[in-house]
Amino acid sequence: MSEPQTSLFPQFNGYVTVSCESDMGMIIMRGSVTAKGLGAALGTSLPKERKIVEGKEMQIAWMSPDELMVLCRKEHVADLITEVEGSLSTQHALVADVSDARAIFKLKGANVREVVAKLAPVDMAPGQFGSGEMRRTRFGQIAGAFWMTGEDELNIVCFRSVAEYMYKQLCVSATQGSELDLWT
Amino acid sequence: MLIFECPYCGIQADETELSPGGEAHLKRHGPGASDEDFEGYLFMRENPKGVHFERWRHSNGCGKWFHAARCTITLEVFGTYKAQTLEPPKKIKDQIAVKRPGWSWRTFS
Ligand SMILES: [Zn+2]
Repeated sequence: MSEPQTSLFPQFNGYVTVSCESDMGMIIMRGSVTAKGLGAALGTSLPKERKIVEGKEMQIAWMSPDELMVLCRKEHVADLITEVEGSLSTQHALVADVSDARAIFKLKGANVREVVAKLAPVDMAPGQFGSGEMRRTRFGQIAGAFWMTGEDELNIVCFRSVAEYMYKQLCVSATQGSELDLWT
Repeated sequence: MLIFECPYCGIQADETELSPGGEAHLKRHGPGASDEDFEGYLFMRENPKGVHFERWRHSNGCGKWFHAARCTITLEVFGTYKAQTLEPPKKIKDQIAVKRPGWSWRTFS
């Protein structure tokens, strides 16, 4: 087994800062996203279509009509999986720990919206996208999903196998001097 | 640029977020089928100038397959609908009839 790496890349200080947080716990659930008992097992209400909700020391995101993703502290993953699997024991469902398969990037700065707008085919104008929403899309050539946790903070999750590509393109997009100042 | 509304997650996805899946509503002819049916299933495709039905996948999104009705001349999109259907829903057909009176495609009209 390889040792978990806690920081894959150094922080990049452009006009928006880019940092990688790879020690986050992530659980994927496939099946009925409105399954009875699921909310109780997670101790929170479940997200509606395209939303991400805040729970007790976790966030739960709607990924597709039959998929939810839980973001939590890595040390909580095993216990959560046991609880969720218990609540879904009578249903056709899949619960998997995908923490090591993913990487999370955090963007901070006043212009986080345009750093994403340069890379993804998403309308990032204020009012069109905001906190509480989860958006799956592509960044350049790779798949990624993102959500905002404030006007100047944005999180991106992608497969770890393509994390370097994600990091590099985010750094280019956030390079000093390439500001567009579209919405600031 | 084509923009389809994904019927599963509701996102207005442009074609760079999607993967094309070829012609829609093909009937599979497998083992035991006649040579003619098998050939038709494998090779014979519509190439219309106008109304067309296709399969697309929201590959860089929710990952679901869906159907789309569009015009190959103008790229106008008549509508999208879920994959779990053997023919275009009445609503989609009616919408096409408004814009392309007298349209037909394979056995649909
Ligand atoms: Zn979709």
